[in-house]
Amino acid sequence: MALFSPWRADFPALAVLEAQGQTYLDSAATAQKPQALIDALGGYYTCGTANVHRAQHQPAERATRAYEDSRIKVAKWLNAASPAEIVFTRGATEALNLLAYGLEHLIGAGDEIIISALEHHANLLPWQQLAKRRNARLQVLPIDTAGRIDLAAAAALVGPRTRLLAVSQLSNVLGGWQPLDDLLHLAKTQGALTIVDGAQGVVHGRHDMTTLGCDFYVLSSHKLYGPDGVGVLYGRGESLLQLHHWQFGGEMVRIADYQHAEFHAAPLGFEAGTPPISGVIGLGATLDYLAGLDVAAVERHERALHDQLLAGLAARNGVRLLGSPQVALASFVVEGVHHSDLGHLLTEQGIAVRSGNHCAMPLMKHLGLDGATRVSLGLYNDSADLERFFSALDQALELLR
Amino acid sequence: MSDLPQAAGEALEAFAQAPGWEQRARLLMQWGERLEPLDEDERSETNQVSGCESRVWLVGERQDGCWHFRAASDARLIRGLLAVLLARVNGLDADKLAQMDMADWFASLGLSRQLSPSRSNGMNAVLQRMRELTG
Repeated sequence: MALFSPWRADFPALAVLEAQGQTYLDSAATAQKPQALIDALGGYYTCGTANVHRAQHQPAERATRAYEDSRIKVAKWLNAASPAEIVFTRGATEALNLLAYGLEHLIGAGDEIIISALEHHANLLPWQQLAKRRNARLQVLPIDTAGRIDLAAAAALVGPRTRLLAVSQLSNVLGGWQPLDDLLHLAKTQGALTIVDGAQGVVHGRHDMTTLGCDFYVLSSHKLYGPDGVGVLYGRGESLLQLHHWQFGGEMVRIADYQHAEFHAAPLGFEAGTPPISGVIGLGATLDYLAGLDVAAVERHERALHDQLLAGLAARNGVRLLGSPQVALASFVVEGVHHSDLGHLLTEQGIAVRSGNHCAMPLMKHLGLDGATRVSLGLYNDSADLERFFSALDQALELLR
Repeated sequence: MSDLPQAAGEALEAFAQAPGWEQRARLLMQWGERLEPLDEDERSETNQVSGCESRVWLVGERQDGCWHFRAASDARLIRGLLAVLLARVNGLDADKLAQMDMADWFASLGLSRQLSPSRSNGMNAVLQRMRELTG
């Protein structure tokens, strides 16, 4: 059955890419942008920029108001208790690094930091390095064959020395929703702080911070159809109080002297230097656009398209799926075919998919692979995109086998 | 043209007759079969070129002032790219190698995109390793 995306026309790049013979199926890496965002960026730069939280003049007031409006929009998007729980960073990776430095003082020698085997490097390396700095232990929760964190193993590993649990909501390689409720509960009962990497998860469906119950949640604007250079750190009010300041300079300071300074609390105290003003405003415009969509219709479309993707892969000989992806993406390997060869031939045919280790080298090693091919979907993709992909895949495999 | 190594001349001729991506891919895979094999012990960590999405090994020896490289990869199209690279550079002395415009060579084969900076296929890393070996 042919599936059309009613939102495709809202993203001008899709038509441009199509005219260039490119089929974009790499939205898990970064998503194309809606016209609403492009207009907001153009409008901001055309009508006069100004720095935020500094000057009294009118352009500054306008920029600051737009910037703070975005904070309110993000807070609403996540159903945070207050906009003060939203810190803007320069990316999801920076938000995780902020946490790894801001929470460092809570970690002592022999304490445990727990992640999972499927983490993206961004939710692995900051914790690995933190553990090294503090002589703490990094524990890695195993995953099952479906690609979900093994809860029984987690129950055994999370213990009284566990200080932090940092896990992904949705794997960027395996496409599986993680059992967050159980994991967060386990960590809570041991008094550990919890961090959820929502870089992939936030793009699919709406997630409510009030019910999710994590201490911190991290997302990336550019994967959520927003501008790059912006990330969001959500922190529960009382959890934000645990953070020590980590980057210094700009308007994060309250009182400064040569030998001494005092700093603002979150969020401003964690937004050192001039923030990515246009990007934050653009993210706000993107969320306005997304909030205007029929959530149920988007979910139906994404599910139907994902089903077609899985069915098409299952119908091809020698194609093996990684895990049991539930949404948005599918990673696979083909028996007897190197992912680099497949990636090469798909590229030749204008198919934009990802081939490689997907910023998750330890996971690939764990799966006994040196790479895989990943197809990932955005709300603007349609079944014609998948048909072009499958026809290119068939051609490539015919050549290679 | 006349000072092109013989294998390079052959490559140029073959790829000139392969305008489409499919023919180019077939040709690359055929050329990949022509790579001189590496011994098991030459497929070592020292000889492995990092920065490639497939595993690539490169060894170079100087004989009578001229460089002779051998290379291997576990990906077939990369083997082909290595083969057309070695076809051009093998037998050159260090001076000629240093003067060589690799981008130009790949462009003349219709393979210029294989050297673009966003490509993670590792051909740029191979060229870098070659410069280190001969520099």
